[in-house]
Amino acid sequence: MISLAGRDILHAWGKFVFTGIGLGLLIGATFTMAGVYRGMVDDAKVMLDNSGADLWVVQQDTLGPYAEPSSIYDDTYRSILSISGVARAANVTYLTMQVRQGERDVRVLVTGVTADGPGTPGWPPYLVAGRQITRSHYEAVADIATGFKLGDRLQIRRNQYTVVGLTRRMVSSSGDPMVFIPLKDAQEAQFLKDNDAIVRSRARTSQNPALNRPGVPGLLDAVITSQSTNPYVNAVLVQLEAGHVSEDVAGSISRWKRLKVYDRAQMENILVGKLIATSARQIGMFMMILTIVSAAIVAFIIYTLTMGKIREIAVLKLIGTRNRTIAALIMQQAIALGLIGFVVGKITATLWGPFFPKHVLLLPLDAVIGLVAVVVICILSSIIAIRAALKVDPAEAIGG
Amino acid sequence: MVGKGIRIEGLKKRYGNGDTAVDALKGIDMQVAPGEVVGLVGPSGSGKSTLLKCLGAVIEPTAGRMILGDEVIYDDGWKVTDLRALRRDRIGFVFQAPYLIPFLDVTDNVALLLMLAGRPNGEARSRAMELLEALDVGHRAKAMPSQLSGGEQQRVSIARGLVNRPPVILADEPTAPLDSERALAVIRILNDMARKYDTAIIVVTHDEKIIPTFKRIYHIRDGVTYEEAGEGRAFD
Repeated sequence: MISLAGRDILHAWGKFVFTGIGLGLLIGATFTMAGVYRGMVDDAKVMLDNSGADLWVVQQDTLGPYAEPSSIYDDTYRSILSISGVARAANVTYLTMQVRQGERDVRVLVTGVTADGPGTPGWPPYLVAGRQITRSHYEAVADIATGFKLGDRLQIRRNQYTVVGLTRRMVSSSGDPMVFIPLKDAQEAQFLKDNDAIVRSRARTSQNPALNRPGVPGLLDAVITSQSTNPYVNAVLVQLEAGHVSEDVAGSISRWKRLKVYDRAQMENILVGKLIATSARQIGMFMMILTIVSAAIVAFIIYTLTMGKIREIAVLKLIGTRNRTIAALIMQQAIALGLIGFVVGKITATLWGPFFPKHVLLLPLDAVIGLVAVVVICILSSIIAIRAALKVDPAEAIGG
Repeated sequence: MVGKGIRIEGLKKRYGNGDTAVDALKGIDMQVAPGEVVGLVGPSGSGKSTLLKCLGAVIEPTAGRMILGDEVIYDDGWKVTDLRALRRDRIGFVFQAPYLIPFLDVTDNVALLLMLAGRPNGEARSRAMELLEALDVGHRAKAMPSQLSGGEQQRVSIARGLVNRPPVILADEPTAPLDSERALAVIRILNDMARKYDTAIIVVTHDEKIIPTFKRIYHIRDGVTYEEAGEGRAFD
């Protein structure tokens, strides 16, 4: 038996191909939305992986340092180092901001890392060009997604930084590329005021009789000095010694230091389950709408194609064609349309994905799920047309 | 008497019930022998199409008897269970318009019926080619329907009606869209095919050009048929 659907498609291939391309662009948009979500999850995991930490020590009752602000003293890490099971501990700060380079500015996650050298928690684990930070001030390592090059001069707050190294795939959970700078500079950047604000602040302090006592020399200077420095960091990143269980070490830190400690699984849950949850729902809604639109288009096209063949279907039924042969003709056309759309969608998503400003991760598993979904949607969408075709009276082929 | 062909006795068809019921057929008697072509003539609304639909097992009569070949297919109820198979295997149809499947070439349009019956594609196409040659359209075997003239399309349509070697062919105004010359050619072809394949052919028409060509004519009016001898002019 010949394939009626195949012959019909070959006969009207232009109509099928162009409809399939239109459908494919919609499917491509759906794949891209899925890729954006996957990219966000991947960015979050990559950020955790690249931090090199086993535990994140943050301010009590916060979901810091990524999902909520967290502030702990910068000498906390010393006491954490003394706890059994802790191999390395390092301060870290995170600040999302616009970094200027010449006439342009780039949104980045400025990360302050301690000057202990490569391998320290928080440091970029590898570079693609240049070197790591070796000086304690005004050097930076940037992710290549920033567009910065070695030797570029960046402006963070009032200070200039020289890009000495480039790394790759170091991004925040929201996809902003990271720029690493020395911790002291980062602490300063978080709290540094402009000159006018400093002058006003000093004036206010000096006018406060409680802080400016003529009988207590040096008090005013001490207060002003304390207001000009920042002894806080956002978190302490901890690496465990081999053979120690993260729960036990986390429990010790939490109990003795009265701080909140998250292990890798908990931090991943915070990032994926809380930080990007709303974005994920938003993307899910978009995908649902695109899926419904795609299904409606397939249903409309197949219904229109079927209605255009009513007389032929009546003839086919009159000469003894089985209902299942007619249903197969329509369903196979719907599936063929879906497959054309799937191929076009996969290709377009792959081609335009890299041009998106955020990471678009197209997983093979998503493609397989997408293929199954497209086929199922096409089958369901063809039901209306099949019902219409099966209702055609073969008597319509006879008489007026 | 008809040994094969088709015979109809007291066939009735009523649409609707009660006060709104319409008797479209009030007791039709007909018989067509193998190799014979008869005309079924009547004005619009006389019941021609209803009779054709009953004969084609598309709608169910209300009462009467139909014998196809040696088999009673209807006797106050269908006597065959698979009407679709009955239409596919034992009744040929030729329509007012050719209604060829636009996405199949000429050969497959004709061979489709056999393929649907489960015959191998090669055998079906071979039989289709034989008929297309007989109907002088063999040279258009690979053409698509849209590439054929009206007369060629109708000949392909006749080939499709004949391909399953049915004992009866029902032709519903097959010459309506054709001019006189082509209409007569189609009737001549139907007569040739009826004789060649021993098929009974009923041609529904109100085309004045071709009525004189039938040797036997059934006039239908108000759901009742009247038989009369025709002139059989074109084929003497």
